[in-house]
Amino acid sequence: MAEETRSPVLEFEDVSLSFEGPPVLDHVSFTVNEGESCVIFGTAGSGKTVLLKTALGLLKPDSGRVRVFGQDITDMREEELFDVRSRIGMLFQEGALFDSLTIEENVAYPLLNQKSIHSTPDEARRRVEEVLRFVELEHTLEKFPSELSGGMRRRVGIARAIATRPPLVLYDSPTAGLDPITANTIVAVIIKQRDVSNVTSLMVTHRYQDGRLVADFRFDPATGGLRPSPNGTGPGTRTRFMVLKEGSLVFRGSQKELEASTDPYISRFVARRA
Amino acid sequence: MLDFLKRPVLEVQQFYLLFGAALKNVFRRPHYADDIFIQMDIIGVGSLPIVILTGFFTGAVMALQMARALSQYGQVGRTGMVVSIAVVRELGPVLTALMVAGRNSSGMASELGSMKVTEQIDAMRALGTDPIQKLVTPRMIATCTVLPLLTIIADFVGIFGGFIIAYYLLNLTPTEYWSSAWRALEWNDVAQGLLKPFVFAFAVSLVGCYYGLRTTGGTQGVGRSTTQAVVVASVMIFFLTFFLTKIFTKLATP
Ligand SMILES: Nc1ncnc2c1ncn2[C@@H]1O[C@H](COP(=O)(O)OP(=O)(O)OP(=O)(O)O)[C@@H](O)[C@H]1O
Ligand SMILES: [Mg+2]
Repeated sequence: MAEETRSPVLEFEDVSLSFEGPPVLDHVSFTVNEGESCVIFGTAGSGKTVLLKTALGLLKPDSGRVRVFGQDITDMREEELFDVRSRIGMLFQEGALFDSLTIEENVAYPLLNQKSIHSTPDEARRRVEEVLRFVELEHTLEKFPSELSGGMRRRVGIARAIATRPPLVLYDSPTAGLDPITANTIVAVIIKQRDVSNVTSLMVTHRYQDGRLVADFRFDPATGGLRPSPNGTGPGTRTRFMVLKEGSLVFRGSQKELEASTDPYISRFVARRA
Repeated sequence: MLDFLKRPVLEVQQFYLLFGAALKNVFRRPHYADDIFIQMDIIGVGSLPIVILTGFFTGAVMALQMARALSQYGQVGRTGMVVSIAVVRELGPVLTALMVAGRNSSGMASELGSMKVTEQIDAMRALGTDPIQKLVTPRMIATCTVLPLLTIIADFVGIFGGFIIAYYLLNLTPTEYWSSAWRALEWNDVAQGLLKPFVFAFAVSLVGCYYGLRTTGGTQGVGRSTTQAVVVASVMIFFLTFFLTKIFTKLATP
């Protein structure tokens, strides 16, 4: 059972997808193993959101296979997919909080509605408080999403994504449209979540800064903050980088390889480092 | 030429798929009873004032118009009969459905459309609920329950509106008016008067939900879906009432 610790959690095999016009995903293949953090860079419209939605089975590829936790989800019917999705958390790009529900109801939504979870209302309430404390928003239970700031909404989105303790979490542009300080607190929450629960994660972003934080920092339970740790030395965490360009994966590798790349498109993301 | 036809055919097919899925969910768990009651409140209680207002004036205007025509034959006493037949068979169901389409088809299209463009529909699927089960089926059940009830209210208020005109302006006695209004109605009239709103309810709710769920293109797209929903729902109401009337006139004269 030794391989099981490094078993693939998410696999794309030659996945292509197009709406009308040119392909949005063009023969994309990659594997994310258990415990890895994967950071995906790409310009606007390069297909990052589509890639994450395909991983969740919200969009169907035209060709190729998608496997999650070793299960082939490519041809699954919607009802079968619910079981797989209950083990994946997703932060949508704009948060996608239900604006007719309070923050508490939003975060409780997966706990009460995922068929394989079956929380009682009491359990759900306790978990909601716990997870909102985790993102430091425990005082907003009764508020509606429209009453929160952009950064707060993003953190509620994270809380909702991780409420069911999924072993795989997908973050779609968690820092887009936020000021650098708020963006860093969001990434800190993501790193904390990774190191506390040891989950596999995929993060899409425009900012190289975010990827560097994820690769170089770890959550320090003693201080409750982040502390530097060189890539790959932390227990069980490894950060991989990928770059998407117009639907094609043009780079896959480690931080060192990314920083050494001379490709003008790829180095655009690295050059932004502060 | 074929490409030109492909789009509408595809849309009709998608609409029927939504219809089928929404119907199938009626018999499948989980049922979202809370959502059904909330929608009944929004559609039923919310539309009551406008439905009463339209019903009243429809009946009153019918009485005014018909009395003039009937007086040429010396038959003003039959105003009640004409008003009740026109209102129960046709005007009550159609005008009520049009009002509800204007209020609620548009409301559903814009609500579901905003949810679509802000990825809330995707989030719903990601978090373990079927958007058709959670959003469309409750709206359909609520509309099918409430629209016939609203129509009955509109019918009564309409006949009452006719009575106000008949009593105050045409100098008919209450007995004259009400007995002729009551006697005019046959089972056939009542049956089509109740079946029509039930059928319209599917059009009103499903068209609203359909255009909402296929919204693309941001807030502008939401506006477009809303307008389209009202237009298509209204046109469908006229088509349906034409065919239903045809069927019922066939039944009445074997
Ligand atoms: N539902 C859809 N219908 C048609 N085209 C779509 C749809 N969703 C995405 N696209 C197209 O796919 C391409 C990739 O979109 P995607 O949302 O994945 O970009 P992105 O990399 O997430 O960009 P951003 O950084 O701005 O979020 C775009 O050209 C977009 O127009
Ligand atoms: Mg995106």
